Amino acid sequence: MVKEIERAGITIVQMANLVSIAKTVGANRIVPTVSIPHPLGDPNLSPADERKMRKYRVGVALQALETGVEEATIFEVKY
Amino acid sequence: MKKAVHYINQFFGQIGGEDKADYAPTIHVGVIGPGMLLKNTVAPEIEVTHTIICGDNFFGSNEETAIETIIGYLKGVEFDLFIAGPAFLAGRYGFACAKICKAVEEHFGVPVVTSMHVENPAVEMFRKDLYIFEGGDSAGAMRKDVPALAKFLKKLANGEPLKSAREEGYFPRGIRFEAFTNELGADRVVKMLLKKLNGEAFITEMPMPKVDRVDIAPTVDLRDATIAFVNSGGIVPVGNPDRIQSASATKWGKYSIAGQDSLKGGEWQTIHAGFDPSFANENPNVIVPLDVLREYEQEGRVGKIHEYVYSTVGTGTTQADASRMGAEIAQQLRDANVSAVILTST
Repeated sequence: MVKEIERAGITIVQMANLVSIAKTVGANRIVPTVSIPHPLGDPNLSPADERKMRKYRVGVALQALETGVEEATIFEVKY
Repeated sequence: MKKAVHYINQFFGQIGGEDKADYAPTIHVGVIGPGMLLKNTVAPEIEVTHTIICGDNFFGSNEETAIETIIGYLKGVEFDLFIAGPAFLAGRYGFACAKICKAVEEHFGVPVVTSMHVENPAVEMFRKDLYIFEGGDSAGAMRKDVPALAKFLKKLANGEPLKSAREEGYFPRGIRFEAFTNELGADRVVKMLLKKLNGEAFITEMPMPKVDRVDIAPTVDLRDATIAFVNSGGIVPVGNPDRIQSASATKWGKYSIAGQDSLKGGEWQTIHAGFDPSFANENPNVIVPLDVLREYEQEGRVGKIHEYVYSTVGTGTTQADASRMGAEIAQQLRDANVSAVILTST
């Protein structure tokens, strides 16, 4: 799906847990998520910290959309 | 004894070379050319009773007529199996072999088999539809390719259980068959890992499909952009109005998020069957992070969030369906002038 959307000329970032698979199958901008059942949530964090983490990772995704890449790139996250 | 019909082109049918490539289909009793070898290798279980010859250009430029004529001939013949080629690296011949095999299978429901070189374009076009055996690149491989076909044909004729594509020698058709082994998966995977570490050859049980790469889309100035959410985590309004499948999805849905600050539990849910849904049901923003993107929108970090979220389920979904759904969603996004997408996968 990522590829078909990118093929249509739309810039896309995939937020994925299995980043190596995302890369293998052809996504070009990839941001890691926390886990499969809660990609952008973490039950170990307080609700406030969880939301902060989510905003941070979505922020990384936004940066990815604004970053020119030459090849499939995983944008690292700090937390 | 089972009966078989053999299809060959004008060259192998001893009609002539390129100058006879517009030769219209004919049917003959008995075998011709490579049919001799086929006949000897499939005996005694199978008798090749008839040969059909058609020029490659005739087939290519008059496909419908060629197929109709050949199907017409076959209606007058009793047969249990149909063989075409081998076609080696001959592009038009390979196409004709595959196309006629497919038509014969559809009309008569009999097993059909052909053989050609891996780079024959017909392999990629038809390998999912047919048993296409991996053959050599020229007629020099005939003595190797025909007996390989013959062995498989005998199995089909005797109704013997078939093994995997690799063991039998045909191109994988993308069909999985459940099988039992005495060795646990954990043992097999560790053995594989040890071989890999030792630099020895090993065969994966899960080959990754080859990927075609797409051109990397340019950067976007998000302050002026419309940005959309797509997800394969199955986020839908509670009740799943479009009845998207929880696994092996063939459908996607688009749902309005206009005027919503976040996706609320109780209004939205996940229908994905591949993970514990409790986290996403309680807070759907963990899959579609609308709550935080709204903040970025209010802060002016992004121009505008597109009014719909596009959802499907990405477990057991075939590549073909995923590509189709992706293309369909892409069309919607283009029509709505969306220039950036966040796709969450689970």
